[in-house]
Parts: sequence; structure tokens; C-alpha cells
Amino acid sequence: MSTLSLAVRDSSTMLRRNLLHARRYPSLTLNLLLTPVMLLLLFVYIFGDVMSAGIGDGGADRSEYIAYIVPGILMMTIGSTVIGAAVSVATDMNEGIIARFRTMAIHRGSVFIGHVVGSVLQVLASLVLVGAVGVAIGFRSTDATFIEWLAAFGLLALFSLALTWIAVGMGMASPNAEAAGNMAMPLILLPLISSAFIPADTMPGWFRPIAEYQPFTPAIETLRGLLLGTEIGYNGWLAVAWCLGLAALGYWWSASQFNRDAK
Amino acid sequence: MTDPAIAANGLRKSYGDKVVLDGIDLVVPEGTIFSLLGPNGAGKTTAVNILSTLVSPDPASGAIRVGGHDLGADPQAVRAAIGVTGQFSAVDGLITGEENMLLMADLHHLPKKEGRRTAAELLDRFDLTEAARKPASTYSGGMKRRLDIAMTLVGSPRIIFLDEPTTGLDPRSRHNMWQIIRELVTDGVTVFLTTQYLEEADQLADRIAVLNNGRIAAEGSAEELKRLIPGGHVRLRFTDPHTYRSAAAALHDTARDDEALALQIPSDGSQRELRSILDRLDTAGIEADELTVHTPDLDDVFFALTGSTAVPSQTADQVHQTKENVR
Repeated sequence: MSTLSLAVRDSSTMLRRNLLHARRYPSLTLNLLLTPVMLLLLFVYIFGDVMSAGIGDGGADRSEYIAYIVPGILMMTIGSTVIGAAVSVATDMNEGIIARFRTMAIHRGSVFIGHVVGSVLQVLASLVLVGAVGVAIGFRSTDATFIEWLAAFGLLALFSLALTWIAVGMGMASPNAEAAGNMAMPLILLPLISSAFIPADTMPGWFRPIAEYQPFTPAIETLRGLLLGTEIGYNGWLAVAWCLGLAALGYWWSASQFNRDAK
Repeated sequence: MTDPAIAANGLRKSYGDKVVLDGIDLVVPEGTIFSLLGPNGAGKTTAVNILSTLVSPDPASGAIRVGGHDLGADPQAVRAAIGVTGQFSAVDGLITGEENMLLMADLHHLPKKEGRRTAAELLDRFDLTEAARKPASTYSGGMKRRLDIAMTLVGSPRIIFLDEPTTGLDPRSRHNMWQIIRELVTDGVTVFLTTQYLEEADQLADRIAVLNNGRIAAEGSAEELKRLIPGGHVRLRFTDPHTYRSAAAALHDTARDDEALALQIPSDGSQRELRSILDRLDTAGIEADELTVHTPDLDDVFFALTGSTAVPSQTADQVHQTKENVR
């Protein structure tokens, strides 16, 4: 069997295993979904009046704030649900079955490729759920073309892939599930200091560069541009560069940890 | 076929300053059971981890071949030849026993139908059919271990590593496991077994290597190892000092224990030697109150070789010399 078909076959076996886990024990993913949904409802319905006054030229209403926040919440959903990948990888690495996989003549990368693909599928399912909540409370995409929808979907998938690889690396670097959860915490905190909830140019001057160039802001701004027709500018390229860089880094980090001797 | 299943020269491994394996040589012929016997921390698991490609040996190690393949140059070929059941259960607790088996079948690239058949056969053989649809995390220790071995057998490996396969099992499960291991070799499979139980090595292994502090302290069949230890004897105990003294006079070559009124006669425990002792006692009209035959078992070997304080140091020295001769 060629290396590629071996990789595909073993990875899809591992994917089936991970999806089986996710289907039997969905509570982890569902818990992680709560945070973005709660924040969405909190910011729209509790803080909504104040928040909407702060965007645009003041005087914006709540529906404009919903349009502003939903792309950010979608990106936050990715950051939040990939924590599940870090936790399940860390749990898995402590299981004896991983030692068994290492002694088998299977494709070396299949273990974590299965995790990554499984996690991306879970993230995409989560995005559909959170997106549905967004639509239910009144989010509407204004005049996005089919191509723009496609690009938006592609961006979400690419960002999911990138963060998942990072989360898998974190999971491998953690001694146990708790440590993995802690290590992956920045993935859910970073959106709070991005342009997800308030425009970056309303933040203190010294902090603005941090908010503007961290991975979430370019991705959120690009998604906004695609769905709402706002200015994308350099954010598009920056977002893609972040995604590719993070994915490559996460892949390299995971692979080098997996190929090290067993603990 | 002349290639041994496992051949390792000067296997070394250290973690920092701590030397775990200090140059051990292992040769395991095909179709035999080899047992690596040693106390906790002797390096047994490290040896298994290295031979099963989990851990890389130190560069200073000599050539290591498993299943005829060089361990360092072609680890995937080694992996294709081996099956490993580690010390800690290597089953996926979140899915059922049957799903675990099918997972293995898929990873061995068995066609769907054959995979299902193999899984069902092995589950049946290991008495797990009833529990097949329950999550493996709900299994008892013995069941988990059986599932573990069943999973190892899915790809019909020619060489099987079993790292302490019966540790933590109750006596009945242990005997079941022994039976399973015996059946494995009847199919020509080579088994590399580690254990801290001497009885287990004695029961199963064709050859035993005693590992202590990262070195092979002795190697041979159970019989050969037992012969390393002097100390097979017949012990006679008396309650009457007078009888004791006349017995001592009637039998030569005895070690006297005047305190306990006991005599020790060196003996291999054979029927012939026992009869001659009894004959001499009969002739002298002496009846002992208690007669025990002590044959050296692997426990004696083990304690002597691994330098336990329970064995007089003199014995340990003797063993050391004998061992050198044997090797």
C-alpha cells in the first residue's frame, strides 16, 4: 500500500474512532458551546444598548450591534470548541491504547490527523448551531454574494483547522486533561481582546496593536467584510497568513511530540 | 527460519545518569516462550518498550533485530511482525469491546468481512462475546486483560510481547491467562514475557533471564536456574533429644541444628535418595517427628541472584561463581 493511501485509510479509521467518542460523549463539546452562546445573548440583550451606542457613529441600534457581534462570536466559537480537541488529545495520550498504536505498523500521523479532522467537523457543527442562534435573534447577512458566502465558509474552516492544530499540540504537551484545558484557555480569552465585541480603534492606544494584529481580529474583520460588506483591506491576507502559520506550527509541534519516545 | 525471533546485543538505555539497561544480550528462538524475570524497577518494561519500538535504545547498543528486521533501520517492518500487550491496559475504554476489536481489524487493513469474522472469533475465544457490546471501561481487570490480548492477536503477529500479563489478576484469571499464553505458542508464535512472578516463568517459559539492576544476572531454563542454587535438602525434626542424637549418628553428612533438634541432609529430593534416608532411619529404628523435602525453587534463585537480604550472602557468592560457569 502506498504511503498516501495508508495515511488516508488509517486516518479515516482514527477519525471514525474520534467521531464515535464524540457521539457517545457529546457533553464536552456542548459545554464548550455554552460560552459563546451565553456571551452572545449577554452582550446583545443585557449590554446591548450601551454597546450599540459605541459603534458606528453612535446612535446605532441593537440590530446593528447584532450584525457587528455575530461574526466575532462565530470566531470565538472556534476558539472555544477547539479546547475540546486539546482536552481529548491529552486524555487520549494518557490512554494505553496510544502506546498500542505506536507499536503498530500504521501511518504515524493518523492518530492526530484523526483528531484534527474529527475536531474540525465538530467545530463546523458548532458553528452551524451558534450561527442558527445568531439568525434566530436577528442576524442577517446584507447582500453577501454566493462567492462571499463560500469564502466566509472557507475562512471559518481554515481558521478552525489552524486553531485545532494548535490545540492538538497543546493537548500533546499537557500531562493530563486539566492541564490541557488550562493551556488552551487563551484560545477562548483572545477573542475578548479582539474586535469581536468592540472595534479595536476604541481601545486604548497602547493596546490597539495587540488587538489589531492577534489572529482573531483579522479573521473577524475579514468575516465581517464578507458577510456585511465592510472594509476588509489587508485583514484578508493577514487572516490567511495567520491560519497557515498556526496550522503549520501546530502540525510541526504535534508531530515532533508524537515522534518522541513514549513517556 | 534460522533467524531467531529476537536478537539483541548489548542493549543499553539510560535516562540521564540513571542506567536502566546496562548492556543486556537476548536471543529468543522462534516459537518459544522467553521470560524476563525481575523485581520492580529492574528494567523489564524498558526492555519491552525498546524491543517493541516504543522507546529508542541508546546509540551505544549493539545490533537489535526483531522478526529478522533491524530495529533502528526499519521500525515499521518490526511493528508489522509484533503484537504488544503492555503493562497498562491498552484498550479504548470509551468504546465497546467489539468496537475495539473492529478498530484493530481496520488498522490491520483486514477486509470488512474478514475483520468482523476475526473479531467475533477472538471475542468468543476469550469469552467476551457476552460483554462485547458494553463499553470496555466497564470491564473487570481480567476481562480488560483478555480484551487487550485479543486485540493484540487481531493481526496474527508472529512475535508477541506481554509485559506482566497477570499482574493484578486473581488466581483464576491468572490460570486462564497462562492457558491462553500456552495456546499461543502451539501456533508457532514467539512470546516474550515479563513477569515478577517466579511461578509464572517456571510454568510458561522455555528460557528465563533474570534481570536485576539493568543486567542479566542469570539465564537458562527453569531447571538450569534451579541447579545454580545449592540447598535442596531433606529436613528431619525430632522432639526427643535422644532420638535426635542417634539419628545424627545414623545418618552421615548432615547439618545439625541442636537448638531445633533438626537435621538437614543434602538431597535432590528424588525418590531414590529419600528411600535411602528412610531405609537408614528404619535400620536404626528411628522415627522422625517431621520430615520435609525442600527443593530449590525459582524463589531461591531469584532472591539469591537479586541479592535480597533474605539469603545469606555466602549463598549469593556461590551462586555468583556458579553463574559465571554456566554462562
